[in-house]
Amino acid sequence: MVSSITEIKETSNHQKWDARFIKDKIFTGLIILFSLITISPIVLIISKLISKGYKQINLSFFTETTPNTYQAMLANEAGNTIPGGILNGITGTILMVFLASLMAIPIGVLIGIYLYENGTKRYAKIVKDITDILQGVPSIVLGLISYFWVVKFITNGFSALAGSFALFIMMLPLIIRSTEETFKMIPVSIKEAGFALGVPYHKIIFRILIPSGLSGLITGILLATSRVIGETAPLMLTALGSMAVNLNIEKPTSAIPLLIWEFYNDPNMVDLIWASSLLLMMLVLGINLISKMIISKRNL
Amino acid sequence: MLNGEKITKTILFLASLSIILIASGMVLSLMEGTIPAFNKFGLKFITSTDWNPTEGKESYGALPFIVGTVVTSVIAIIICLPLAFSTSLFIGEIYRGKKIASFIGTMVDMLAGIPSIVYGLWGFYVLRPWIVEMGFNDQGYGVFTAGLILAIMVIPYATSISVEMIKMVQNDLKEAAYSLGATRKDVVFNVILPNARSGIFTSYILAFGRALGETMAVTMLIGNSNIIPKSLFDTGNTMASLIANQFGEADGLKLSSLVAIALLLFVITGLINGLGKMLIKKI
Repeated sequence: MVSSITEIKETSNHQKWDARFIKDKIFTGLIILFSLITISPIVLIISKLISKGYKQINLSFFTETTPNTYQAMLANEAGNTIPGGILNGITGTILMVFLASLMAIPIGVLIGIYLYENGTKRYAKIVKDITDILQGVPSIVLGLISYFWVVKFITNGFSALAGSFALFIMMLPLIIRSTEETFKMIPVSIKEAGFALGVPYHKIIFRILIPSGLSGLITGILLATSRVIGETAPLMLTALGSMAVNLNIEKPTSAIPLLIWEFYNDPNMVDLIWASSLLLMMLVLGINLISKMIISKRNL
Repeated sequence: MLNGEKITKTILFLASLSIILIASGMVLSLMEGTIPAFNKFGLKFITSTDWNPTEGKESYGALPFIVGTVVTSVIAIIICLPLAFSTSLFIGEIYRGKKIASFIGTMVDMLAGIPSIVYGLWGFYVLRPWIVEMGFNDQGYGVFTAGLILAIMVIPYATSISVEMIKMVQNDLKEAAYSLGATRKDVVFNVILPNARSGIFTSYILAFGRALGETMAVTMLIGNSNIIPKSLFDTGNTMASLIANQFGEADGLKLSSLVAIALLLFVITGLINGLGKMLIKKI
């Protein structure tokens, strides 16, 4: 009698456990399924870019400027690849990202150091909050600001400088925060040792803080660069675009994302879209990969 | 010596002043640019649904674009919710510390690296035909298509913060639950979720803030019609994509109206991001 009761209890427990076990399996399965759905776009996008874009990537893609739509139309009709390349975009992107970094790196690192040194002050907290706000401003609004400040007042027309100014405001908060985070991880004792030896303050910054945090600084700068390299919207309002290679910072300049937008709007250029996007993606992912390698080396 | 230190400190302080100048200058410039539109339309600008650039009958209102921006971003968050939640559990709990988790994490990071315009192209050439094929509408453009691409774009942001929050849940709580015979599902819903709830919620607020300001991908997929969308598959326009579309030929009152929209967008994203940051500080 007693044994049969325990038997019943055991089987019912077993069944209950079974149902929970199955539910748990379903739950885990759903999580795995949804995670795979989440990462599927990256696979789909990269494979699409490669399969459609590789034909157009040849030497002239890197050494010649954009063809006009008539040349592209003739090539399409004859079934050839479109002549020319995106040299004007490549040089424009390099020029503007370089100018933006030239402004953003020194100012960003200095502000980062200021926040690290004075983090608890009321004023520093305001600076931090403003940095956060600036980081959340949509890039198109930054383009508009650069239009009012640089296009209208400084260069009197669309220009590479205006484009890089918009990118500069985008990079600034990213570099500030990464600098501050990097310096926070450096042991205070290293800095204090410097002070104890009577090293002047600027030497403590340049000879102690910056060298010991260098890999972190570089990672932050690289990630900020990879964020702005694909920006299109602010450049539409500031750099405008150009069919020729332009290295004059006061003149309209093209960029790879701007060219993609132009190709998208021109049905004759469709083939060039994919190759340009592939190049842009490889640039962004390449920079990301390098910064990841630096991070993993530092953590060893 | 003391002098040198003072100079260094002054330089650092001046650098920090520059970001305050930039930020306050931005607000002032936007406000100044808004004046002509504000004088003409007043607060009706926000509630008006007109967008008529015909000379002499010029009339501009922001409501369709405010609605379009909010609707696409809400669609994005709804789609993002189960996907980002599952992925963050995958990385932060179920396969935590395993190779497969760091692999999925890298893939999600790569999603964050894809430029907006490439998302737009992919949406235009791949996603849009799917929408047409499924018979939702003829052209495939619309707020749903735009929301779908936005969802893919903001998933990495929601996921990376959620992962941090899930990892912060104390191990002994979870172990206690497991030792009582709880399954993984029980632990997720009864231990992790109650403890990381506010952090996970914040990650979606910040992702929402991101979605509000996205321009290029939305411009390429939303259909760019200046009306309030009436259904999920109607075309519409967002504030950011309107600025991108109409800026080229804008001057005078139209330009001022675009600036007013930029100011509104600035304020809305600022509020959402501010809310997110405030919540994250509390955790």
